[in-house]
Amino acid sequence: MVPLEEVRGMEIPENIKKRLSIPFEENFYAGHTACQGCGAALGLRYVLKAYGKKAIFTIPACCSTIIAGPWPYSAFGAPLFHTAFETTGAVISGIEAALKAKGYKVKGKDGIMVVGWAGDGGTADIGLQALSGFLERGHDALYIMYDNEAYMNTGIQRSSSTPYGAWTTNTPGGKKHFLEKRHKKKVIDIVIAHKVPYAATASIAFPEDFIRKLKKAQEIPGPSFIQLFAPCPTGWRSPTDKSIELARLAVQTAYFPLFEYENGKYKINMPNPKKEPKPIEEFLKLQGRFKYMTKEDIEVLQEWVLREWEELKKKAEVFG
Amino acid sequence: MPKKVVSGNYAAAYAAKHARVEVVAAYPITPQTSIIEKIAEFIANGEANIQYVPVESEHSAMAACIGASAAGARAFTATSAQGLALMHEMLHWASGARLPIVMVDVNRAMAPPWSVWDDQTDSLAQRDTGWMQFYAENNQEVYDGVLMAFKVAEHRKVNLPVMIIESAFILSHTYDIVDMPPQEEIDEFLPPREPLYTLTDFDNPIAVGALATPADYYEFRYKIEKAMEEARKVIKEVGKEFGERFGRDYSQMIELYKTEDAEFVFMGMGSLMGTVKEAVDLLRKEGYKVGAAKVRWFRPFPKEELYELAKNVDGIAVLDRNFSFGQEGILFNEAKGVLYNTDAKPIMKNYIVGLGGRDFTVNDIRAIAKNMKEIIEKGKLDREIEWYHLKR
Repeated sequence: MVPLEEVRGMEIPENIKKRLSIPFEENFYAGHTACQGCGAALGLRYVLKAYGKKAIFTIPACCSTIIAGPWPYSAFGAPLFHTAFETTGAVISGIEAALKAKGYKVKGKDGIMVVGWAGDGGTADIGLQALSGFLERGHDALYIMYDNEAYMNTGIQRSSSTPYGAWTTNTPGGKKHFLEKRHKKKVIDIVIAHKVPYAATASIAFPEDFIRKLKKAQEIPGPSFIQLFAPCPTGWRSPTDKSIELARLAVQTAYFPLFEYENGKYKINMPNPKKEPKPIEEFLKLQGRFKYMTKEDIEVLQEWVLREWEELKKKAEVFG
Repeated sequence: MPKKVVSGNYAAAYAAKHARVEVVAAYPITPQTSIIEKIAEFIANGEANIQYVPVESEHSAMAACIGASAAGARAFTATSAQGLALMHEMLHWASGARLPIVMVDVNRAMAPPWSVWDDQTDSLAQRDTGWMQFYAENNQEVYDGVLMAFKVAEHRKVNLPVMIIESAFILSHTYDIVDMPPQEEIDEFLPPREPLYTLTDFDNPIAVGALATPADYYEFRYKIEKAMEEARKVIKEVGKEFGERFGRDYSQMIELYKTEDAEFVFMGMGSLMGTVKEAVDLLRKEGYKVGAAKVRWFRPFPKEELYELAKNVDGIAVLDRNFSFGQEGILFNEAKGVLYNTDAKPIMKNYIVGLGGRDFTVNDIRAIAKNMKEIIEKGKLDREIEWYHLKR
């Protein structure tokens, strides 16, 4: 890895800088404490690249509490408020209200970005009420749910975003059964039910798409929401060098399709829109957490994935 | 000085407006709601420039105030009972993040059984959250309390939140004359907040509330306690300044009423102390040498003032409109604890009164005075805790 000081000192010609689809500037610094291969850490790096220093972050209890660094350190080049598990939606509402009271420009070009960055447990479970309040009241802020499909920071317990068949420490696989029989909750559908101006899914395997969506979230007034797929090698029992590949496969299998919902319209952003989804097994087989699934179990998941995918395509067709 | 006839809740709303609060986040609950309704009315009429966040729960009300305060705004909210209990987690967050939020709690009994009437257990159960607590006797004190609260909370040596507490219905919905100084005089007393750190400093980005290991957490707690100790001084200074500017002195954390020559005193907090003062006047005519000690600030606890009082009286009747199950009235418990390591050893008896809005009258106080006099004459307690109103 290039030392931080060297990166900061690097001179890049302006004409090249302009052509970069991912900003060159680093605002997520070396010295953060993420595990090897952490999808969330990569996600934070992109968010901090997209918004530079003029963003205020709120992070509830989650892996990123630790990743950001213990007192008195911070790996963030922007202000950061650590808050309680279920409060992200409410705290970003309060920050936005304060900025408006003080006369700051919020969102839009050169406006301050108020960003909530919460895990799937902190969003889909304990933080759902505050998220709903934030969305419904129409605050000018962005809520990012980084989805690693379980409570990873507390030691890999299932959340409502954990998929069917996945091993976690409180839904283990045993000799007779695996305990996780529920399909992944579609949080983004709940978000869209609030008729928000902008909601999207994104993946760390498609950073240009993610950056584009972050920019859009800045431009469009009102509450925006991004669900970012962020593999967790520790919790998924996957090799640390496979995180991006896994995130890519999640998209290619249509397990986690990329799409946007903008002012009532759906738009699918798949890398190869015409291509049929790959079999879900390709996504599953790289991960230890699915090893308890039989052929029949995999069929159950496959069927769910394709049905959800068809539903999304239909939405894009009707409300495109 | 301009006067208005207002309820305790409207007094709180006017004070928030006159304090030029910038963000209000709140959730409805009886008997608090008319505070927030009045503030919303000010905004709708263009009389106040406030960002109003109608949140989906009290937990979020406090969380939104925390976000707003961390971003540099003067933040205000109000609640009661169940709402305050729901906020509990975030009360710790507000003090731990050192945010000078001000909240009015309208004391209401905790359910079940359901009750909307006066009872101090809701606020006293938040004793250990790092909030300062001020108990108002009347609507004027609600108004004055909110104005002083911001000044105390935002003081550079304090940076801790304050709860201003008023009684359900007895104050919240009862109209009384309240003096409200001209806005420009209030602005002089309470200038805009100047936070030491805010989330809007993009040149020096801060991280608030990051993980502290056992090597550091301890000192964070100590600093809160140091701030509470500073707050004792700041409260007296601000109370004195308030008196000089507006004619009502709050430099005493315990307000003493006819205690100079008193044989024994009634001690308590909040609106019931108004009744007690009335009773003291009558009892004195009847030959009792009694006084009243109204504990204004429960946190930080006025230890020295209590000692000064206790060493000069034979007895203290502590009136608690609250109870800690498995122990005793909370003020009684605190007061006894303060005096244990001192040479002041008055006879102390705990009277549990008025829970859930049970009427507490001058006649009740007369009966307590009679009981206290007997106890002092005998030099021995009949019982330590008396559930005074109990139906027998």
